[in-house]
Amino acid sequence: MSVLAHVFEAAGIATVVLSSVRAMTVKTAPPRALHCEFPLGRPLGRPGDPEFQHDVLAHAFALLDAPSGPVLVDHPVVIESEAEQVSCTLPPRFDPGLPPAVDEARGIRRAYDRVAERRGVSSVGRVIEAAEVPAAVASLVAIAEGADWRTAELPGGNTTALCHDIRSYYEEAALDLVTGPLPGPRALEDWYFEHTETGRVVLAARDAIRESGAKSAVWFYMAPATRSL
Amino acid sequence: MNGDQAMRAHSSSLPGPTFDSPAFVTPATLASSTVAIVTSAALHTPEANAFDGGDTSYRLIDRSRRDLILGHWSPNFDRSAFAMDLNVVYPIDRLEELAARGVIGAVAPRHVSFAGNQPDDLSTVRFDSGPAAAAALRADGVDVVLLTPV
Repeated sequence: MSVLAHVFEAAGIATVVLSSVRAMTVKTAPPRALHCEFPLGRPLGRPGDPEFQHDVLAHAFALLDAPSGPVLVDHPVVIESEAEQVSCTLPPRFDPGLPPAVDEARGIRRAYDRVAERRGVSSVGRVIEAAEVPAAVASLVAIAEGADWRTAELPGGNTTALCHDIRSYYEEAALDLVTGPLPGPRALEDWYFEHTETGRVVLAARDAIRESGAKSAVWFYMAPATRSL
Repeated sequence: MNGDQAMRAHSSSLPGPTFDSPAFVTPATLASSTVAIVTSAALHTPEANAFDGGDTSYRLIDRSRRDLILGHWSPNFDRSAFAMDLNVVYPIDRLEELAARGVIGAVAPRHVSFAGNQPDDLSTVRFDSGPAAAAALRADGVDVVLLTPV
């Protein structure tokens, strides 16, 4: 972001960066930066809170009054990234003949559909569509249970993209399943990896692929670096 | 160490380019400025080409679009907030409100999206795609850019 600020400024456009990593902003010294110690992925701080977002923008645009730069100012609010656990009820088992994760993925489809209809868009679709998620989860179950990932016919052929699609499917469905306030930072990540069958399967499949000696590019981005079974 | 602390520690350790004679543009008043958003969230519309891993190109997003996909490849940040409210990454509705209130002069007709996960030397965004995106915004009369990361 800071590099782009320099590029745009050189082209004659005044810039303000919302900084998320303070040390990097100090290093690259963009002309104007408002450092926001907010959860990563939430540069305006709080979803569904226009008043707070306007406060961030007001602090950012105020930097345009500075006569010279670089200018680096901290937003006065710090938002911690520890989230409270969400209340997100999964449907009961429906088909006991299926692996639990596959049954679960099928079970949340209607919740996913309702959210996709409401939003008019979905981030599922890098390599598979929503209808293909249960089969993709079945492939990961097989790998987690010992199948060779090279012959498991993973849909899409890209583990990172596939795991993004599956996680997006779950996190978007969760927006229809949660009760209470909007989930906090990483709360749905916690829910997915700690409380769903499929989240655990993804971590187990990642471990199995890593232990098979595969290159890190194959398994590393299947889940956040800090996540483990 | 939670996920954000780990990512901030990692990002802080990365090399960052320095600029010897950085430009510093003094804008006209905000109330007369046309404002655009430039984000590194790899946002794209459903019909536009998705971003590849390591993609150095950019997408122009029409001001009217809200059906945007978060195409960033990293699993290491909170991706759920964008699905709840795109303004937490791409504050387009907030800019429209500021324009309606006369705080900013106008909302730019097009906005820009890059992928944050760039090759280490950043040479393409510095010397090719970045200047091209800036030229596109200049052609639209943009005076001020707000840059938002994920």
